[in-house]
Amino acid sequence: MGFTGDTAASFKSIPTRQSFTQAITLGLIVTSALIIWKALMCITGSESPVVVVLSESMEPAFQRGDILFLSMSEEPIRAGEIVVFKVKGRPIPIVHRVIKVHERQDGGEECVVTKGDNNREDDRVLYPPGQLWLRRNDIMGRAAGFLPYVGWVTIIMTEKPVIKYILIGALGFLVITSKGEENESILQVNFPSQF
Amino acid sequence: MHSFGYRANALLTFAVTILALICAIASFSDTLSTPTPTSNVQVLNINRFQKKPDGDDEVSLTFNISANLQSLFTWNTKQVFVFLAAEYETPKNSLNQVSLWDGIIPSKEHADFWIHTTNKYRFIDQGSNLRGRNFNLTLHWHVMPKTGKMFADKIVMTGYRLPQAYR
Repeated sequence: MGFTGDTAASFKSIPTRQSFTQAITLGLIVTSALIIWKALMCITGSESPVVVVLSESMEPAFQRGDILFLSMSEEPIRAGEIVVFKVKGRPIPIVHRVIKVHERQDGGEECVVTKGDNNREDDRVLYPPGQLWLRRNDIMGRAAGFLPYVGWVTIIMTEKPVIKYILIGALGFLVITSKGEENESILQVNFPSQF
Repeated sequence: MHSFGYRANALLTFAVTILALICAIASFSDTLSTPTPTSNVQVLNINRFQKKPDGDDEVSLTFNISANLQSLFTWNTKQVFVFLAAEYETPKNSLNQVSLWDGIIPSKEHADFWIHTTNKYRFIDQGSNLRGRNFNLTLHWHVMPKTGKMFADKIVMTGYRLPQAYR
């Protein structure tokens, strides 16, 4: 073997291979999550397939902390549908119900007005000044289904960013410091299809 | 392999998966029921019918709504949102839907109801096309489940007509 063999042997004893494996499995987790998110975007046709309800304006149907599954199709918008839209100047999407629809004769533009079930007035006060109607391209999707309470995780992480950093820090710490084999078992339980 | 952390993690993953499965089954059970709702609307009076200063027509009316939506409720129903919309066609717009009244039915006992009311939301046209206009009154409902898919449907009641002249 000689000198080269001895150096190669000592190189292997440093746990570089183990660290690489851990880094790759961490990367795999992150990419899997991203793939699922993008696939959902494709399937539902909406740029934001899942949203968290943040306000009480649709109570008692949707409480703060529920998550909504959205979809978007080319079907025209009709009264009664619960839509998610963004208003220029406000970054947070709003989830309200369509109460008025006026659709043009040439099969084209619809003008709609929305209102939260629990609000006294319709949403014209929320639209930018001078805008009386919402158009199709303001609307990001229609609510198709929902799950209660699951969104609280996101709300807590957004409103107290400290918790988000603590969580990510703790997860990262756990992954790095635990032994390689334990890691693989944990991943086998959570992502059985990849093993 | 048998540490507390590993077992807790396996348990949690399993619990979440089972919970998601139960929610999906609950939602699926909603598709097995066949609802038979009924409704009737009587327009009692046209209180006001004018052209506003900006050129759009506005109507104010009083009506009776009687409906029985009890068959829409299943064990997975949280509430039913019901609203009455006036639907009509004008030369400029192929479809106009204006919600006149809405309500929330929290439980099956409240789903057989009769109300006498004026329109909760202003009935305003895009333009001045309402004189002598025929319109439908459609009762729409939106069934909100405790978890899962939401269902919406409607009953169309035809034969209503606005007066030929302003009053």
